[in-house]
Amino acid sequence: MNEILVIVTRLSESFMLNCKLFVLTLLFALPLGMLIAFGSMSRFRPLRWVVRTFVWIIRGTPLMLQLIIIFYGPGLLKIPFSWPNGGPGRFIAATVAFIINYACYFSEIYRGGIESVPVGQYEAGQVLGMTKTQIFFRVTLLQVVKRIVPPIGNEVITLVKDTSLANIISNKEIIMMAGEYSNKGLIWPLFATGIYFLIFVGALTILLNWVEKKLSYFRA
Amino acid sequence: MAILEVKGIEKSFGTLKVLKKIDFSLERGDVIAIIGSSGSGKTTLLRCLNFLERPDKGSIVVNNEVIFDAMDPATQRESEVRKKRLHFGLVFQNFNLFPQYTVLKNVTLAAELLAKGRPNFKQEKKVILKEIQDRGKMLLSQVGLSEKLDYYPHMISGGQQQRVAIARALALEPDILCFDEPTSALDPELTGEVLKVIRNLAERNTTMIIVTHEMDFARDVADRVIFMDGGVIVEQGPLQEVFGNPKEERTKQFLARYKKG
Repeated sequence: MNEILVIVTRLSESFMLNCKLFVLTLLFALPLGMLIAFGSMSRFRPLRWVVRTFVWIIRGTPLMLQLIIIFYGPGLLKIPFSWPNGGPGRFIAATVAFIINYACYFSEIYRGGIESVPVGQYEAGQVLGMTKTQIFFRVTLLQVVKRIVPPIGNEVITLVKDTSLANIISNKEIIMMAGEYSNKGLIWPLFATGIYFLIFVGALTILLNWVEKKLSYFRA
Repeated sequence: MAILEVKGIEKSFGTLKVLKKIDFSLERGDVIAIIGSSGSGKTTLLRCLNFLERPDKGSIVVNNEVIFDAMDPATQRESEVRKKRLHFGLVFQNFNLFPQYTVLKNVTLAAELLAKGRPNFKQEKKVILKEIQDRGKMLLSQVGLSEKLDYYPHMISGGQQQRVAIARALALEPDILCFDEPTSALDPELTGEVLKVIRNLAERNTTMIIVTHEMDFARDVADRVIFMDGGVIVEQGPLQEVFGNPKEERTKQFLARYKKG
């Protein structure tokens, strides 16, 4: 009985790493994705080309590989930069990799959402004397948000589970913790990790449905 | 005294010349109907007047003020354009209402945003916003939609949406109200209510430019007619002249087709 409690506590503690990674990734990747989206829609061709190539590379390679390159790359390539020692360094490296990776996915969702707003909406704003900024914030933004909530929701749910990939650079997240027990012959903690993810994703699903419902008062 | 003078407007898209030397003028209170087959340049002309397209050549003069001159870049700066385009209002074929706002908010939004630029806005915010609201309600009652103030666009019919769009265009008190085929996207049974609103505006001496396929309506409401074909004005003049006694062969053919159809 006591052993179970100890294991559950340790699993819960290690799941905090997954949670922290999740929150930090969203916090930075959601706005960064917007910048990347604007870059990929820029009228300045070289910028658009650079940004789109970058997005292609990030979306075209495994996140696991990106984690490895970001963490070990500086040392292997003898770049005068190093991550802080130990756990914090591994965690920061993982967070950076996740932010870049998810920002690229978000940027494509934003771009699709922005481009799907009919040109007539911009023109209606223009003939009414609105500035470009006013048109973006007062006319198009909410229509974009409504359109992108379902695909962003999908990515966010994927992110919950992707956080366990951070263990490839030795971040002690929940799957790694459970793996240590299974190596010793105790298999149930590994199954138990699934419950953590299920509960987290269940709560997110409820939240996302609520947002979708809030935005269902208009059609766009 | 002409309220609008359009001089030598030309516009190309790539190598395609869409408008060639367009000249016409409009008196205050006049209603001008622009007719012609699809691809004749009618809509592009209307879009040039509303600064949605930039003419390659020519100038546009409203109330003796040059609001656009292709030779003078100073008239094309964005901040200038934003002020000057308010001489014109535009009602789109597809309404283009803002879906996330109520009917009333659709009408008042632009006026509210403009009011923020007034120097006394902060002190008299409540009074100003109340005025804008009242005016929006007045305009919506004028187009027969007092009952629908709090509805969202998707909850009302196409004809009602187009009437909201007309009220929205009137909210900023344009000198000249333009219509781009205002009934083309509507079911036939809904065109009547929109045409009635436009007819009412004509009776109140609203200056209007109407691009339309509805020949009976044009005959009914217009003072003057412009017939366009292949990017040029083939014929223009008072309604009775163009419809009753067209001079150009192309005009005759076009009108004959409509009489038969």
